[in-house]
Amino acid sequence: MRKLTRRAFIGTGLLASGALVIGVSIQPGNRSEKVADLIADADEYVFNIWIKISPDNTVTIIVPHAEMGQGVHTTLALMLADEMDADWDKVIISEAPAQEEYTNHMLLKGFVARDIDFPNFLINTVDGAFLKIGKIINFQVTGGSASIRFTGQLGMRISGASTRQLLIKAAAAQWQLPEKELSAQKSFIHHEKSGKKEAFFTFAQAAALLEPETNPTLKSVDQYQLMGTSPPRKDLPLKVTGEALYGMDIQLPGMKYASIKASPVFGCKVTSVDASSLKKIKGFYQVVTLENAVAVIADGFWLAKQALNKVVIKFEKNDAQNIHQKGVFEQLRYDLNQAELNNDFNIDFKTGVIPDQKIKSKDQFEATYRVPFLAHATMEPMNCTAWIHDGICEIWIGSQNPLGIKSEVADLLDIEMKNVQVYNQYLGGGFGRRSETDVALQAAWIARETTHPIKLIWTREEDIQHDFYREANLSQFKAVLNSQGKPSIWINQFLFKHHPPEASIPPYLIPNQLIQHTESTLHVPWGNWRSVDHSMHGFFIESFIDELAHLQNEDPFEYRASLLAHQPRFLKVLNKAAEKSSWHQSLPENWGRGIAIHQSFGTIVAEVVELRIIEDKIHIERVVCVADAGFAMHRDAFIAQMESGIIYGLTAALYGEITIKNGAVEQHNFHDHKMLRMDETPIIETYIINSHEKIGGAGEPSTPVIAPALVNAIFNATGKRIRTLPIQNFDLLS
Amino acid sequence: MIISIKINGIHHELDSDPSTPLLWVIREQIGLTGTKFGCGIAQCGACTVHLNGIPIRSCTTPLGSVIDQEITTIEGITPPASDVLHHVQQAWLEVQVPQCGYCQSGQIMAAVALLNKNKNPNDDQINTAMKGNICRCGTYPRIKTGIKKAIQLMQANINSPKDA
Ligand code: FES
Ligand code: FES
Repeated sequence: MRKLTRRAFIGTGLLASGALVIGVSIQPGNRSEKVADLIADADEYVFNIWIKISPDNTVTIIVPHAEMGQGVHTTLALMLADEMDADWDKVIISEAPAQEEYTNHMLLKGFVARDIDFPNFLINTVDGAFLKIGKIINFQVTGGSASIRFTGQLGMRISGASTRQLLIKAAAAQWQLPEKELSAQKSFIHHEKSGKKEAFFTFAQAAALLEPETNPTLKSVDQYQLMGTSPPRKDLPLKVTGEALYGMDIQLPGMKYASIKASPVFGCKVTSVDASSLKKIKGFYQVVTLENAVAVIADGFWLAKQALNKVVIKFEKNDAQNIHQKGVFEQLRYDLNQAELNNDFNIDFKTGVIPDQKIKSKDQFEATYRVPFLAHATMEPMNCTAWIHDGICEIWIGSQNPLGIKSEVADLLDIEMKNVQVYNQYLGGGFGRRSETDVALQAAWIARETTHPIKLIWTREEDIQHDFYREANLSQFKAVLNSQGKPSIWINQFLFKHHPPEASIPPYLIPNQLIQHTESTLHVPWGNWRSVDHSMHGFFIESFIDELAHLQNEDPFEYRASLLAHQPRFLKVLNKAAEKSSWHQSLPENWGRGIAIHQSFGTIVAEVVELRIIEDKIHIERVVCVADAGFAMHRDAFIAQMESGIIYGLTAALYGEITIKNGAVEQHNFHDHKMLRMDETPIIETYIINSHEKIGGAGEPSTPVIAPALVNAIFNATGKRIRTLPIQNFDLLS
Repeated sequence: MIISIKINGIHHELDSDPSTPLLWVIREQIGLTGTKFGCGIAQCGACTVHLNGIPIRSCTTPLGSVIDQEITTIEGITPPASDVLHHVQQAWLEVQVPQCGYCQSGQIMAAVALLNKNKNPNDDQINTAMKGNICRCGTYPRIKTGIKKAIQLMQANINSPKDA
């Protein structure tokens, strides 16, 4: 295979920055074997990474993101198809395989530069730089609510527009007509004056030889045909018949099943394994000892699991065995206090003047909030199928990070990356959990010990106890109010910092702010949990501001509004939430309403919870959600994500809690790790504001807002302020 | 031990331990993967199938207890080789219910069983029938709307082809 030269790369990709993968290498005579399987026959042309036009004039759109339920395949394809003026009914969507060419540098660009408006003259440089980074760390991750914001806006739309322009150019040349007189509609090029009309494919060959437009004109909102509408999602027909294939569903000839038990205390090594009782069991195949886990291979998963129960495993002992949940919070409290005593914080944000000496406590209002560890509990338990044969390793998995798997498995097996094939399947929920590579590494390790394909399936217990958890945390606030009762000083100190960096910054007009954090060392592994740091800071900030409002006997909506005069987008979202929830209408006794607003991943969301307390039971009746994501590209999928994020956040706020005992997770399965169910689910009304500002994310932004809206509503109904999550631990009768 | 079972109207003779949960037999031995594993302890409903029309948790149902009884999985809720969707599946598409989709076979099986015995359930009855099924993507509001849509479709007896 010929290497892509930088010239070739710029020549075809450039602005499209599909650049990374665009393909000179895929044009005839220079075809990359890595993308060969995306090209069905010699008559098909790949314009660039994202588009394929077939002889029957269908347009295949190759999406570099995993479908984990958020409808991203449909939404991204829709953005491209709209710019291209492709016939939506003839669009086929396929996911990009985990190949280096598909490294998702859009995401990196978005994450690292945190701004998608690059000056034009910088684009080459930026693309070049990120190409490098992307390749090194093998980034093809779906997360950070980034798919639509970055891949969509920077990649899909530009590719679509540039392809349309290529086709028009090619048609103009062939028909000897001015480009201006031609238009594209539903996968055909039209010449209105003469009534001439030909399918896109007619011009595919000629177009492939042309230089792609480096700076195509994108449609303006009034030209959108598909964007902003709600065509049915293309992945759903298979999901109602049971035919959609998840990682769990892969079946291969000769496949065996594996069940695994990892050290209950994170990371302890296996010291001894006694499997002598297994010999007699029919269908049992083999025991594999990993570094800190033991697996049993058998003819079926149930057999493997039963056999594993009979294996006596000893794990090394270490100090972590003495860790208990109470101790974790004591440690966090201690580390926070020490940082305060020694003034040893990392500053996240500072503005105005913060007095050096301690503020007199009578002038200051203080509150400390606490959140627990959280597990992801994706509906599909972790699993991975691996087969090592003929010097290669094949992996079947549903992953948010297929390229990461490819590179880490290659490292583990000490083979070249090109000898690891990852076939990404539908994800039975991701929420950040499936950006980890742990299960794939285990599967590869086990598969190395046998010639059979191995399907490794975690029990739900293993899934709950060996997650990568949202951290437990404490957040301490101090505020000084001015004569109007508005905060003039806002000090917020907490532990840990992952991303995004702005998660802890309130939107409110407060002249003097100091927001800082310190670190603490936990033995519990950390992972991205839907909305990451926002998942806690939304709760912290929006609880505290609510407390300040009540302290001043002010209406919590009006109080927020008065501090948001400088933020018209926020104000609009907040006002609409108040209006749609009939905020000013009074409620019967024991009912309550709570409001919260928070921006994350570029999307501003306000939610109002309406609930009723009967004895000590909370009945959440209704949630009003207003979101401004700039523009909701696929309207219904966006609404579905708002609903989903709210319900995910409700489970966490009400019940979500992982606790540690003797260094291990105490919860096991859904009986002791409760999930919200249908009978507890409120009515959710979502309203979209299309402000046409920069596009924000959809998958996460509704999650951080629900916990504070809920505790604020409980306060409104009962006068009781809950500062520690989950809510189920709070005795409402106390 | 040779055990004979009947799934979606088809008889199978299996050499299996009678204590094996039906879920794993359906998925691994019969090869029907629409029925999902979620918890293994009858807490989530992902593995829901029908036993003589009644929804059961196949993850805790031993194979030996269902010998030669009528078992129906998601693959069998429409007559074999029929090219129409079940009203519930059709309603699910109209309402765009699924997200990740992993729980949906179980949700649909629970909803079909509910509508088979009660043609017009109220909200409480829907909640009672469906609260055993967890959806981590939070599609509950749409499932509820989907069930109501299915009732309408049933009453109007509208069928749509599978590839619609
Ligand atoms: S897998 Fe059977 S109820 Fe969860
Ligand atoms: S649709 Fe994902 S768990 Fe229900």
